[in-house]
Amino acid sequence: ALFPSSERKRFYRNVSISQGEGGFEINLDHRKLKTPQAKLFTVPSEALAIAVATEWDSQKDTIKFYTMHLTTLCNTALDNPTQRNKMQLIRAAVKFLETDTVCYRVEEPPALAELQKNEWDPVVTWAEQRYNVTIGSSTSILGPNIPASTKETFVSHLASYNMWALQGIEFVITQLKSLILSMSLIDRHITVEKAVLLSRLEEEYQIRRWGNVEWAHDYDLCELRARTAAGTLFVHLCSESSTVKHKLLQD
Amino acid sequence: MAAPGAPLRTLRALLRELRHAAGRSYRDSPAYRHVLAAFRQHRVTSEKLCRAQQELHFQAATYLCLLRSVRQHEALHREYHGRGERSPQEVAGLVGFRLPQQPGGKG
Repeated sequence: ALFPSSERKRFYRNVSISQGEGGFEINLDHRKLKTPQAKLFTVPSEALAIAVATEWDSQKDTIKFYTMHLTTLCNTALDNPTQRNKMQLIRAAVKFLETDTVCYRVEEPPALAELQKNEWDPVVTWAEQRYNVTIGSSTSILGPNIPASTKETFVSHLASYNMWALQGIEFVITQLKSLILSMSLIDRHITVEKAVLLSRLEEEYQIRRWGNVEWAHDYDLCELRARTAAGTLFVHLCSESSTVKHKLLQD
Repeated sequence: MAAPGAPLRTLRALLRELRHAAGRSYRDSPAYRHVLAAFRQHRVTSEKLCRAQQELHFQAATYLCLLRSVRQHEALHREYHGRGERSPQEVAGLVGFRLPQQPGGKG
């Protein structure tokens, strides 16, 4: 079924999971869930299928698609609407390093510069040690100068992930506006809450100075946390070799 | 690895979120059963012994963050962004007026 508006009444009673040839499928009553491009909705991991089914079963009177982040990620992986291949996805992800949030520093005001140094330096150092690369940071408007070897190291590392996991990684990077924070999160070095906090460091600084506006700040914070958590969970569930059907994840 | 608090605490909070999401029949829901089974299988306790346990705990904490944030986001959306337009009666009431009642209809 096609869903023209962002909300639609809940039209099904029961949500269940079944196992098909290509993987796990979601059933809304007797109907099989399809992607926006009308492909059969199949996921490689049972845990992921359960989480998607939970999203559908959590809907009350209306289906709020904007809250169903795991479903959206699966649809993107299945339909690949931007028509990108694996290498294009990897290069898009690594390109973010040139404008990585944690490398882009201010000089004014001093309190914020200090905060960035204290909060962001450790995670940059972690990345440099973990991946044996040089990254550094910069106050220049052009951003940091990332050596080609650093970029190639990350390209190689990301190539070890399958296509589905890569869609998830690229999603997290675009949400956090940082490759380094995303890798730190994917490698389980920091939690989602911490990654989001570090991504929003300047906002948090301004909030502490000028006050919090619930309908804007908290709204954005919750949405970013939800999306980042969904992306991270998606990557991990698509990477676990024990639970994953490899046929579906062919690159 | 990141330290998202004590595993039991995460498990309890996660089950609570699933109850919120599912409604009355939460105990039969696949997610509830899956989470309980996973924790039982790995016996996640305070002892940081096994890498698999740590990975499971991280996954549980991430899923908890997802469910919690979606719920909070939706609550904020309803509170601040979901009201829609006011009715003519409400608009009149904002400035202390009441709409006139004309039993015979407009003249």
